[in-house]
Amino acid sequence: MTSAGNWIKSAGLGLGALVALAAHPASAQGTLTVLCGVQEEWCKAIAVAFEKKTGTAVAMSRKSAGEALAQIRAESANPKTDVWWGAPGDPHLQAAEEGLTLPYESPQQADLQPWALSQHKQSQGRSVGIYAGALGFVYNVELLAKRKINAPKCWADLLRPEFKDEIQMANPNASGTAYTALATLVQVLGEDGAFDYLKKLNDNVNQYTKSGSAPSAAVARSETLVGIVFMHDGINQKINGFPVDVSAPCEGTGYEIGSVSIIKGTKNLDAAKAFYEFALSPEGQATGAETKQFQMPSNRKSATPPEAPKLEAIRLIDYNFQKYGTAEERKRLLSRWDADIKAVAK
Amino acid sequence: MRPRSAVWLALGWVGFALLPWFAGSGTQPALAPPSPGPAGSALIDGLTNGRWWLLPVALPLLLALAVTALPGLRARQPAVLLAGGAFGLAWVAAQGFAIGLDGWAWGWLAALFGPLPLGQGGYGAGAALTALSFLFLMTNGFAGLGFMKGDRFTAGAIGLVLAAIAAFVFLPVGYVLSGAGDTGTGGFSAAALWTRLAAPDIWRLSCLTEAKSCGVVWNSVFLAVMTGIATTLLGLAFALVAVRTGFRAKKLLRVLTVLPIITPPFVISLAVILLFGRNGTVTLGLAEWFGIPVSRWIYGLPGVLLTQTLAFTPISFLVMIGVVQGIGPSLEEAAQTLRASRWVTFRTVTWPLMRPGVANAFLISFIESLADFGNPLILGGNFEVLSTKIYFAVVGAQNDPGRAAALGIILLCLCLGAFWVQRQWLGKKSYATVGGKGDNGIPSQLPRGVKIAAYATALPWAAFTFVLYGLILFGGFTENWGRNNSLTLRHYLAAFDLSWGPSGLIWSGRAWGSLFTTIEVAALSAPLTAAVGLLTAYLLVRQRFAGRGAFEFLTMLSFAIPGTVIGISYILAFNQPPIELTGTITILIICFVFRNMPVSIRAGVAAMSQIDRSLDECSLTLGAGSVQTIRRVILPLLRPAIVASLVYSFVRAITSISAVIFLVSPKYELATAYIVGRVEQGDFGLAIAYSSALIVLMSVVIALIQFAVGERRIGRRTATPVTLQEKPV
Repeated sequence: MTSAGNWIKSAGLGLGALVALAAHPASAQGTLTVLCGVQEEWCKAIAVAFEKKTGTAVAMSRKSAGEALAQIRAESANPKTDVWWGAPGDPHLQAAEEGLTLPYESPQQADLQPWALSQHKQSQGRSVGIYAGALGFVYNVELLAKRKINAPKCWADLLRPEFKDEIQMANPNASGTAYTALATLVQVLGEDGAFDYLKKLNDNVNQYTKSGSAPSAAVARSETLVGIVFMHDGINQKINGFPVDVSAPCEGTGYEIGSVSIIKGTKNLDAAKAFYEFALSPEGQATGAETKQFQMPSNRKSATPPEAPKLEAIRLIDYNFQKYGTAEERKRLLSRWDADIKAVAK
Repeated sequence: MRPRSAVWLALGWVGFALLPWFAGSGTQPALAPPSPGPAGSALIDGLTNGRWWLLPVALPLLLALAVTALPGLRARQPAVLLAGGAFGLAWVAAQGFAIGLDGWAWGWLAALFGPLPLGQGGYGAGAALTALSFLFLMTNGFAGLGFMKGDRFTAGAIGLVLAAIAAFVFLPVGYVLSGAGDTGTGGFSAAALWTRLAAPDIWRLSCLTEAKSCGVVWNSVFLAVMTGIATTLLGLAFALVAVRTGFRAKKLLRVLTVLPIITPPFVISLAVILLFGRNGTVTLGLAEWFGIPVSRWIYGLPGVLLTQTLAFTPISFLVMIGVVQGIGPSLEEAAQTLRASRWVTFRTVTWPLMRPGVANAFLISFIESLADFGNPLILGGNFEVLSTKIYFAVVGAQNDPGRAAALGIILLCLCLGAFWVQRQWLGKKSYATVGGKGDNGIPSQLPRGVKIAAYATALPWAAFTFVLYGLILFGGFTENWGRNNSLTLRHYLAAFDLSWGPSGLIWSGRAWGSLFTTIEVAALSAPLTAAVGLLTAYLLVRQRFAGRGAFEFLTMLSFAIPGTVIGISYILAFNQPPIELTGTITILIICFVFRNMPVSIRAGVAAMSQIDRSLDECSLTLGAGSVQTIRRVILPLLRPAIVASLVYSFVRAITSISAVIFLVSPKYELATAYIVGRVEQGDFGLAIAYSSALIVLMSVVIALIQFAVGERRIGRRTATPVTLQEKPV
């Protein structure tokens, strides 16, 4: 009967070995763990550039803004990540509001654009802008020409009957991009005006996608005529060879401030600060254009890629990140959207 | 006295006094890094560092030592072992949960005892070994008292499986479900729970009365029922063609069944968009040749139904073929001897005997459809289902984990409800036709009508599936599928490029990192899953013990919990002490083992029920122990089940997505999570190239497993193949 003991023993030892595996430190000293919110090419490029410059190894993982925030929140008692780089400023503000990130003052702040610093101010120093991207329209040039429809230039254009069932935007309950669009419309048209507009727009929308950049991909593949997206996503599809172009709404439009934050409780504070500085430096910001990402860099010394939409040429509204970034306002607007728009969506 | 108890006792002492008690990554400077060897053990740490709460662990160890070493106390050994083991386990667990990183984990303890200056890290090797030792001392004591017919092996194995399920299924699921009543400030209120459960966007029926969308539950249930019916009918048609007709290309049908199982998520959806989307090949062709107007019908219920049917038909086929093959021909022969026509025979004999198959196939497709996440995500359009809603409740702009938990409860209830309805429908009738007597009849031919219907359903569908897969493989080689179909190796190079650097080979392709992790995780979790699953199956089939039914239900629970819920629950439960696993590869492995275990159990139960008990009894009579019997008699006969569970858990570890999307970390990224990211960005080329590579890789591994484990050798015609069930991703 001793063999029975052996059997249980080996099963038990197997389990024990599993637990021992867990005993490996989760974030080894010297490796910087970064959650990355932009396109994967860019994530990889900045990781490599930082490694080359400092010799610190970077473990980088691309997560959508929501996934990253969910993970940082779930791990808050014992964080496993050091830096959250990229993704709209809005979720970064939320993280700051919940005390999930660390305040930090960078010596490079004098070089930054005012909008980057306003993100820093609003987050009580817990995050700072690294790039900006304006909200706009992406449309399929070939299909428009074929149907002899003029490209949309204003929010009002999207209500034209020829766009019936031809517009895609993301569901603001799922995507930060679409929430920015919702908050923008509320600021441009007033809250009731905005919901009136969205109700009419609903007739022309064929689908509320789940991901913010999905409408760009759909326009590129001629699945739909127009998408409401961040303009750099549309430009990205254009560079990839699709027949698309972008425009900024004439009534004014909102924008995102892509941000970087250091996670509170990081075990690699020095390396995290070094990465933060690198992300603000012209050298670090150049990795964006190198990988065909055309957001506006936040350091005034950074070269703006020629393809990037000129923020000066776009009528930007004075987007109130403070008000529309709070959990309360967000919840209220989203519930109203759910009740007024989503419930009548096809 | 008995060597096994002594061995476990010794190991308990080793874990307590010699091995480091805590795991490596404490957050407090005082904890990290833990002292290696005996200095970091519970004994030394408890005596010198002020962690007094570790010392009571010694108590049961001392007691056990006393009753084992002192001859006068031997008679009391089992009772003492049982009580001591139970106390030890409870103490290890209680102090772990009560004292966190920064002292008391629960406010009321601090209020009661005052603040604790010191915290502690997660369990390490020492804690794990000691807890394990307590577990087995306890079960040995239990068996020693005469329970379980005194069989220590059975008692130990049941204890091990129960403890594992408690730690890795109950604990995490409990965390997430308790969140459903979370008030947002850390409290729990039944009112909050009720508000969430009864929310109108879950239950409203407005689509029936006005032009509004219905509640998400009705959407999910409607879709699941439709998918269940479609896949069951198709599966039945395939099974009839494969077993009851002279169809020649049966090998091809076999391939067809494996393909969707080894397909990474989203790939079928992509292919369907590229065929039937508004700019899809088929859509444009139909518009050009037949003037059928271009529309977006594919986004929404029809598209999801189509892709789910494509994905789940093979599973339904695998279930049905087992049942159709198992129908003993003698009953049909009897019917025909009594002058029943082929049609009457089919209707009154064959069909009723297929009912368990139909019920099981429907049930599995129903649950699969409810839990499916990838297809509704890509093709759902405005059609919302529970699984995607749960995901976006967590990661979406609303960020409401409590809502996710409430939706998770509803989804769980739907799955369990389906199980219950199935049991009711099958009732207590007997469907057994495989008896001990020889059964050498020839299956009767199908009635003409049924045969034509089966062919007409199965063959076009098979052709459709093959076309789809051909396109997928082809798509990886095109420049920009759908726009520019010139051939290129660009995507494969981007994913799997190699280059030579100064220090040798550089894996410069973008996919290598995630591919290596994926293979490592799959290769580690597959044998563990098979071992745990088959052990459990052995207990269920071969051992009689009180509470067996409840035990079986518990082991099946993780089958019914959707992957997204599991993923969230794991991150909630295993991010901080006492069990700290997030960010490691271990959490991925454990997640897969417990997700895939039910299938391994089913395969084992099915195969083991076919092996007559007399073989075990023979072996036992000849003096072999239960372990030797397992090793020499049962295991060799279980080869098909071993293959099935190894293959299934390996493949599932590569293709599942929803459970692990929250568990992958920068260091341990998995292939599917990476592919999903590419799809999200519209980079279909790389996603398809990577998926094709995975499909080829999995085919090779399946062949290797089959070769390594080998066929079972029995002296008669091959028995019913083990049915391979899928579980929710």
